[in-house]
Amino acid sequence: MNKNIMYIDDIPVEIKDEKNLLELIRKAGIKMPTFCYHSELSIYGACRMCMVENERGGLDAACSTPPRPGMSIKTNTERLRKYRRMILELLLANHCRDCTTCENNADCKLQDLAKRFHIEDVRFPNTASEPKVDDSSLSIIRDTNKCILCGDCVRMCNEIQHVGAIDFAFRGSKMKIGPAFNKPLAESPCVGCGQCAAVCPTGALVVRNDTAKVWEALDDENTKVSVQIAPAVRVGLSKELDFKNGEDGAGMIVAALRRMGFDEIFDTSTSADLTVLEEANEFLDRLEEGEHDMPLFTSCCPAWINFAEKKYPELLKDISTCRSPMQMFASVIKAQYEPSSRKHVHVAIMPCTAKKYEAARKEFKVNDIPNVDYVITTQELIKMIKESGIIFSELEPEAVDMPFGSFSGAGVIFGVTGGVTEAVLRRVVNDKSSAAMKAIKYTGIRGFEGVKETEIAYGDRKLKIAVVSGLGNADNLIRKIKTGEAHYDFVEVMACPGGCVCGAGQPFEVLEERQKRGKGLYKADKMTSIRRSEENPVVTSLYNGVLKGRVHELLHVDYTKENKCHD
Amino acid sequence: MAKEFDYKKLDEITSGFEPSQQAIIPMLQAIQEHYHYLPNEVFAYLAKKINVSEAKIYSVATFYENFSLEAKGKYVIKICDGTACHVRKSIPILNCLRTELALTDKKKTTDDLMFTLETVSCLGACGLSPVITVNDKVYPEMTPEKTTALLQQIKEEEKNA
Repeated sequence: MNKNIMYIDDIPVEIKDEKNLLELIRKAGIKMPTFCYHSELSIYGACRMCMVENERGGLDAACSTPPRPGMSIKTNTERLRKYRRMILELLLANHCRDCTTCENNADCKLQDLAKRFHIEDVRFPNTASEPKVDDSSLSIIRDTNKCILCGDCVRMCNEIQHVGAIDFAFRGSKMKIGPAFNKPLAESPCVGCGQCAAVCPTGALVVRNDTAKVWEALDDENTKVSVQIAPAVRVGLSKELDFKNGEDGAGMIVAALRRMGFDEIFDTSTSADLTVLEEANEFLDRLEEGEHDMPLFTSCCPAWINFAEKKYPELLKDISTCRSPMQMFASVIKAQYEPSSRKHVHVAIMPCTAKKYEAARKEFKVNDIPNVDYVITTQELIKMIKESGIIFSELEPEAVDMPFGSFSGAGVIFGVTGGVTEAVLRRVVNDKSSAAMKAIKYTGIRGFEGVKETEIAYGDRKLKIAVVSGLGNADNLIRKIKTGEAHYDFVEVMACPGGCVCGAGQPFEVLEERQKRGKGLYKADKMTSIRRSEENPVVTSLYNGVLKGRVHELLHVDYTKENKCHD
Repeated sequence: MAKEFDYKKLDEITSGFEPSQQAIIPMLQAIQEHYHYLPNEVFAYLAKKINVSEAKIYSVATFYENFSLEAKGKYVIKICDGTACHVRKSIPILNCLRTELALTDKKKTTDDLMFTLETVSCLGACGLSPVITVNDKVYPEMTPEKTTALLQQIKEEEKNA
């Protein structure tokens, strides 16, 4: 008999390497209610929703109790249901209950669980105070009065991202979460990665909604509206649109956007190809220069740029001068179409909240007009599709527009951690055979680990490469590099753990589901006929056309110049 | 405030501590001992020094009642409202102090930064109740009258000083 057995609601379950009862209960097919538990974060045990009854009638919080062989627990008794209802009632007693006008309406754990546990009435007087909205950040909107103090955002910001913009302040009934001195987010070390909003179970931290401005542009007949769709968006359409995670919805998105009235639709993967070529050139030039103490850091991720500016300004000179694919595309599109009699608005659909800030940076404004007028996230795209009434599942997939209609698989995989590196390597390695390309795939740069390292032969030397995702991992790596413990030639940094597919602009899913999105991108890469960026004909024609003599002006940026933009 | 903050003083106060997370509380205590409160400048300074976020230090400082983020008066008067002092009529003394100094339960420090009035739950001197302390000097068996006289005396001394 297997000794590693315990009983959950009288069902025998084998204990493997689960750290706590909660994991085991979920594996047994029971959806335990939780507010403060995320497998990536440390265990906090504050919400008490995951209480279970043990064999002696005692109560244990499943998230913070390790499983023991022979243990027997009940997850759904009258007593537990009563307690859970009481917790919910107490939370709702001082919570804003205007769900219909909340940005997170129908996307809120508190609302979900209140429904699930059938809260018909809250017996306590409502002590919720007036909303206190902090809308200083271009990425995140914060309303502390919708906060249930689960601390998910604090642990995300501190443990995973090492940003430390927010923390608990005061205690007891006066406890609040916010930046030091309750300063506005825009004045805090916040980098806009939005991971706090991704884990927030209520509407206390939400992604700024810019859809109204996009609708306005679409409704204006005198405005041409062009749009670019980031690679990660195609695999992040949620079950709300009847899509599985990782399922490629690129063609459907294009069809929906065209129906909504966008005039020209492009794929950011196209400009990712430009980024690959520019970044590869920069990398090779740097190698020519000889040994550097510091690696060349990638520059695609705006939250990483913000993080470097705030925490490691001395590293800015070692960050690639390439603009992010979004900004490259925007400057190319604007340059191509100017001057025009019609007003031109360019929209970017991104998996990212920090892109909203990037678009507003003064480095990317021409005559005070941003190259990207509006950035909307995947979540906002889904909202717009639903608002438009389009029945998404009935659409026929369509292709993006010319003259920027082609992209390589290398551009598509930008949306997953390791993708930028793989794309650059495809360009840099001398051997262009398909076997060599397969070999790159197996160098260890794929996968969802936070830090990946590899070595690759280039001429007579070996290039040391690191791929990090999650700013905490980046922070640790930078410290190692600084102390001389590690040395690399090239480091890819993505602020969100897992890369853009796990961006805070994407609908929130548990880790396993998010990983499927990465796989979806690799699958899409396989389906493209062009695998290397330099083979993309659009790129060639751009270099011979609008980019002629303007490569530096349109594709590069200098963040080391004084670089604050708080408007 | 026009006056430049003296960071050298902070260096001096915190120099004896290992710059680590564990030292946040002892450092804050040492700083408070010097300034009688925690000036705002301290937070960014300490955050940089021990490489934790400013929000974390703010979190620690606001968690403990003992830390004050507001400037305190030259004379910190603590009035005991523990059980023993309370039943022996500490509240009339508190009211007397508040009226004399024009303070309330929200406003704890006089505008001239001379007096700060705080209630504490027990000073451990129940035998002497009701008790007040002025800058940690104990005044036993107080009455509103004795308190008024004491305030008068302090004010006189300040005038002559």
